[in-house]
Formats: sequence, C-alpha cells, structure tokens
Amino acid sequence: MLKRASFAAAAIAAVSIASGAQAATLDDVKARGTLHCIVNTGLPGFSYTDASGRWSGFDADMCRSVAAAVLGDSEKVKYIPATGKTRFTLLNSKEGDVIFRNTTWTFVRDVDVKLTFIGTTYYDGQGFIIRKSKGVKSAKELDGATVCIQTGTTTELNLADYFRANNMKYEPVPIESNEEARKNYLADRCDVYTTDRSGLAATRATFDKPGDHTILPEVVSKEPLGPVVRHGDNQWEDVVRWTVFALMAAEELGVTAANADEMAKNPPNPNVARLLGAEGALGEMLGLDKDFALRAIKAQGNYAEIFNKNIGPDTPIGLERGLNASYKDGGLIYSPPFR
Amino acid sequence: MTTTVDQGSVAAQKGEPNVLLKLWRNKETRSVIIQILTMAVLFAFFAYIINNAVLNLQALGKTFSFDFLNEPASYDINQTLIEYTSRDTHFRAMLVGILNTALVAVCGIILATILGFLFGVIRLSNNWIAAKLVYCFVEVTRNTPVLLQIFLIQGILVHTLPHPKQAASIGDAFFLSNRGMAIPRPIVEDGFMFTVIAFFVAIAGVIAFRRWARKIQEETGKIYPVLTISLGILVALPLIVFMISGSPLAFEVPELGRFNLRGGWTLIPEFLALWLALSLYTSAFISEIVRSGIMAINKGQWEAAGALGIKRSWTLRLVIIPQAMRVIIPPLASQYLNLTKNSSLAIAIGYMDIVATIGGITLMQTGKEMETMIIVLAIYLCFSLVISAFMNWYNKRIALVER
Repeated sequence: MLKRASFAAAAIAAVSIASGAQAATLDDVKARGTLHCIVNTGLPGFSYTDASGRWSGFDADMCRSVAAAVLGDSEKVKYIPATGKTRFTLLNSKEGDVIFRNTTWTFVRDVDVKLTFIGTTYYDGQGFIIRKSKGVKSAKELDGATVCIQTGTTTELNLADYFRANNMKYEPVPIESNEEARKNYLADRCDVYTTDRSGLAATRATFDKPGDHTILPEVVSKEPLGPVVRHGDNQWEDVVRWTVFALMAAEELGVTAANADEMAKNPPNPNVARLLGAEGALGEMLGLDKDFALRAIKAQGNYAEIFNKNIGPDTPIGLERGLNASYKDGGLIYSPPFR
Repeated sequence: MTTTVDQGSVAAQKGEPNVLLKLWRNKETRSVIIQILTMAVLFAFFAYIINNAVLNLQALGKTFSFDFLNEPASYDINQTLIEYTSRDTHFRAMLVGILNTALVAVCGIILATILGFLFGVIRLSNNWIAAKLVYCFVEVTRNTPVLLQIFLIQGILVHTLPHPKQAASIGDAFFLSNRGMAIPRPIVEDGFMFTVIAFFVAIAGVIAFRRWARKIQEETGKIYPVLTISLGILVALPLIVFMISGSPLAFEVPELGRFNLRGGWTLIPEFLALWLALSLYTSAFISEIVRSGIMAINKGQWEAAGALGIKRSWTLRLVIIPQAMRVIIPPLASQYLNLTKNSSLAIAIGYMDIVATIGGITLMQTGKEMETMIIVLAIYLCFSLVISAFMNWYNKRIALVER
C-alpha cells in the first residue's frame, strides 16, 4: 500500500494511457475496418471452418450480420477462435469486440465477471450423449460412469450438481475443446459426453455412425446462449443488441434476405418501414446509418434463415426450432419493438 | 575582500561541472550512477505495470480480493489425494491441484533421474547397439516438443488399450485399460503398526551394519556383500513381524462395475501419460548431463584405478561417478525445475494440476484472473525455490572438500 502511494507520482503517464483505453468499441471497429469476433474453436453448425476454410455456422453468421450492420460488409470479420476458458479473457483484454460462442448467460458472469449479455440467441439445455450399446435409457442410470466435459463451462458445475443431487458417483474427464472431447468420447475414454444439447446434436452429426449414439432425454439445466460484450460500453452493447433483434424482428415481419430491398422500397407497414430505415432515424441514434438493419438482414438472412441454414431440420445437425421458434409460433424468440 | 569573493565564486562556477564530470569519469562512481539510473527505470516500469493493472481493474469495476477462496468450488476433480467433493471450497480445490502437481513432479523427477543415469551410462558403454539406440532416443526426444509427446502417449494409452470390460489383467488384481491402471488398495487393519515399527528398526539396523562393515573393511580389508545383506534385512524383518502379527493387511481388489472398474486405486491415463512423457523427455537431457559429467573426468582416473587393480564396475561407482557428480548436479537441478514447470502442460490432456484447478476452472467460474494467476505463480515459485534449495544443499554436501 505504502509503495503504491509513491508509485502514483511516477505513473502519471500510465493514468493517461489507461484512461485512453476507455475509447468506444464502435469507433475502434469503424477505424479498424474489421470486426473481431470471438467464436468456438470448432463446433459444427455454430462456428467451424468448412471444407473451403471459411468460417461457417449459426454464430459465425451472426458475426457477419453485425459486421454488415456496422461496416457495410459482412466479410469484414476476423474470427478469433477461443476455448471455454479463454473467451472472457480475450474479450476483456480487447482482443475481440464481441463473443458469439454459445455462451451461457448466468448471474455471476453478468454481475461479477463484468460482462454484458446482449440477450439470448439460442435457448438450450445440458444433455448427455452415450453409445446405444451401453444400454442406458436415462441419465439416472449413469452412476459410476466416466464423463467427458468441456472445462471452464457452466456444464461442469451443472454436472457436479446433478450427480450430487441424484446421489450418484462419476469420474470427470475435463477437456479443453469440443474437438478433443469428441475424440476422447469416440475412443471410449469416457462413457458419456455432456454439453448443451445443441452441441451434442452438432457433434453427433460428425460421427461416422451417428445412429449408434443416443442423446438421453434428461435436460439437466437451462442454458440461454447469446452474444457477450465488455461491461460499460453502452453504445456498442446497443449496436450488437439491436442488430440481433433486427434479425428476429425481420422474421416476425416476414422480411428475408431475398425480399429486404423490395420491402425497404415499398414497406407494407410502418413497422417494416422503421426497421429497414425507410422511416425515422433509428440507425443514426445507434451511431450507424439508417440502413443498418437492412444490411444485417441482407447479409445472411433473418433469424429463421440463419437457423435453418446452419442447424435446422434439413441440415445434418437437424435441430427443431422448439423453444427457439418465434413467439408467433409459440417459441421464445421475441424482439422488442423498433420504435 | 571583493577579489577573493570573485575568485571563490568563479571557482565554484568552474568547479560545479567539473565535479559531475569527475564523478562520471571515475569508474567506481560511474557504475554507481548507472546502477541508480537502472534501478529508477526498473522501478518506474513496475510502477507503471502495477498502476495500469489497478486502474484497469477499477475501470472494469472489479475488486481485488481473495475472498472467493472460501466459496464452494462446485466442480469435481477426477484425481484427489485428499478428501474433496464439489461442496468444498476453492481453497481446498487449490490444495488438491497443488498435490496433483507435486505428485507428478516428484514421480517424474524420480523416474527421469533413474532413466537419465541409465541412458547416460549406456551411451558410454562399449555395446555399440545399445549406445546407438540410446543415441537415437535422446536425439528424437530432445528435439521434439514435450507437448506433442504428452499427446502421443495419451493417445496411445486411450486408443490402443482395451475397454475396461476387456481389460488386460494380472492375476485378476491389476487391470490395465483405457480408463487407466487399476491396482488393489491396501486396507490397514489393527496390528499393522508392528510391521511399520519393524521396518524402521530394519532401517536403523542396516545403517548400523553398514558402518560396522566399513570399519571392518578399513581395518582388515575384508569385504562383506553389503547390498545383499542390507536388502535381506529390509525385507525379512518386517515380513517376519507381519506374519507373526497375523497378516493384518487386506486388499480391496478392483471389480468390473457397469461402466468402469470399481474399487482399488486407479492411476488415470492422464497421469500416466503426463508422468511418462515428462520423465522420458527430461531423461534425455539428464542422460546428456550424466554423459558429459563422466567424460569430464580425466582419463587418468580410469587408468589409475586400473593400475590399483580395481574392477571396472567398481571404478565407475567408486571413482568416476563421485567426481562426475560435481559436474552433474548443478545442471541436473535446472532439469528438475524444468520438469516441474513443464507439468503445467497437464491441462492439455485434462490432468487436474494447479493450472487446471485454481488457474483454470476457478478462474473461469469466479472471473478472478489477477488473483488466481498470482496464486499460481506464487505456487510455482515455491516449488522451484524448494527444489533449488535442496539441490544447493546436496551440491554443497558432495562438493570437493579441500584440505
């Protein structure tokens, strides 16, 4: 303490530099000309590099939508792959501008780790995958099993709680990435692999014989997944939040990548007009321009289009909309009004 | 009056730069000035770093406190040397991590030393094939990253070993599968204390016997087979007491459960992989150190021993190695430090050491990057200082005593 007091004088230069670091993320992104987006190191359907080396998936496409809204070009994205452990450090050290990495919104992360959660882009829950040959029908039968988990995630805590609550024992095998976990599961190092059910479905789709594996019926936790930004930069937070909401609102209003330009010219109703910038000045209020939502929607389509293209029923991953249907179809995806 | 004053002030004006220049030109004072300047720069640098960290934490609205250590950890650990459940605190999780690091470091140092000495001596042997095989091993191991070796060994263990249901077993007591090596767990019963006492008595007896044997040898030249007799005492005495007291030791043998082998002790593949990989990697370096130590001894020592009629195997043990140790110990210490620090690669394969517990999961769950990293650094520093202190002590002990 005593030392710190005397340091203060010697470090006046440091003060100015540190306070300079508070500059707005939106300005940084615009000046840099690329969006730095923190994504999963490899989770098929959500963020992974496809055969041609291009980042693809639900989360990767959301990054493109934000880049389109802010920079006008959906390809001006630099993807920063992160493990469950490194993602928050990468964000807080300003390596990345936003996390789109199936990150669960929890109290401690929001309040104590000083992150800002934008909202939920995918409502998920933790599940278990196991070989059918093991003859297990329910997670309640897993007493004594070896379980692979991705370390540094909420699943690790849910797993401990679930087995404890059901008075069962297990041996955890903590693993850094989904890819490593998949390898260990396939080598039968562990009987069960547990993560968010969307992740399980996505991983199972990459197996040689997906049919030999089953996802157990139990959902042991709530996992609202969504984008994350640094705490305390409200403008940037608003930009990401309303870009994501624009994709959801577009689905509600029937705006798609194909018809967005036409809708912007001849808006069928005032809601569409405000969303696409034909009326009002919502974009300017964000520090962008009036077309930001139009560009975001044109980039990769609305929420439904991004969902169906990457993880929907017609893809190998084959996830149903379920909770992630628009509220109009009985789901939880709901955008506040654009007005 | 006035003239003298003028002269004085002129002298003062002239003298001032001269004094500084003189100080600078003087070798000793110059080095003091440079040291002071260096310290000031260093001090300012650290002041900047610390202040920057404090300000950034403030800007993020984070507090600096170690209170989180008393919160429940909420996660499970697969290898615990002390009692631990997910309800225990982060502090206890940290202890588990420290012990796991210590375990792999100690086991690694022991195995690496044995292998290293063995390889080093073989490399110098007259057996061409053995020497060349070790040469190839050393070059390959030394020149590839240890992380890859850890992955390789873990991959081999997990992918090639059978599932627990088809585990390879020795006498249905020891099982080797891709879930690790399961061994029987000894359960101590009443009366085992006598065997332990007998063991310590045996050690005391061996020490007394060796002293006596040495005295006899110095007086008469008669040589007893000290090693054989010592081992005999160490094994026989506790064994006899154990039998007399009614074999008060039971074993819990691993049994096949629904998923895994249950009961007994299990050495998990992650531990085996890390232990083997670190030991092999470090043993390659140690073998080179041992080889250089032996080669540093003047050829005349071999010839002198030969001239005295000392057997070749004795020459190595009694003449060469004791002198070589003086060359070997200092670099050996730095290899031990390397091995301990390399054990932090454990996280790559999911072995729960300090980095994986307090510096990994705890960090993630609490968001206390600064505090947890300080703890991890402090722990590694302690490990290193303890090893250094021990090796320095040992080095002094075997150093050449000049008379």
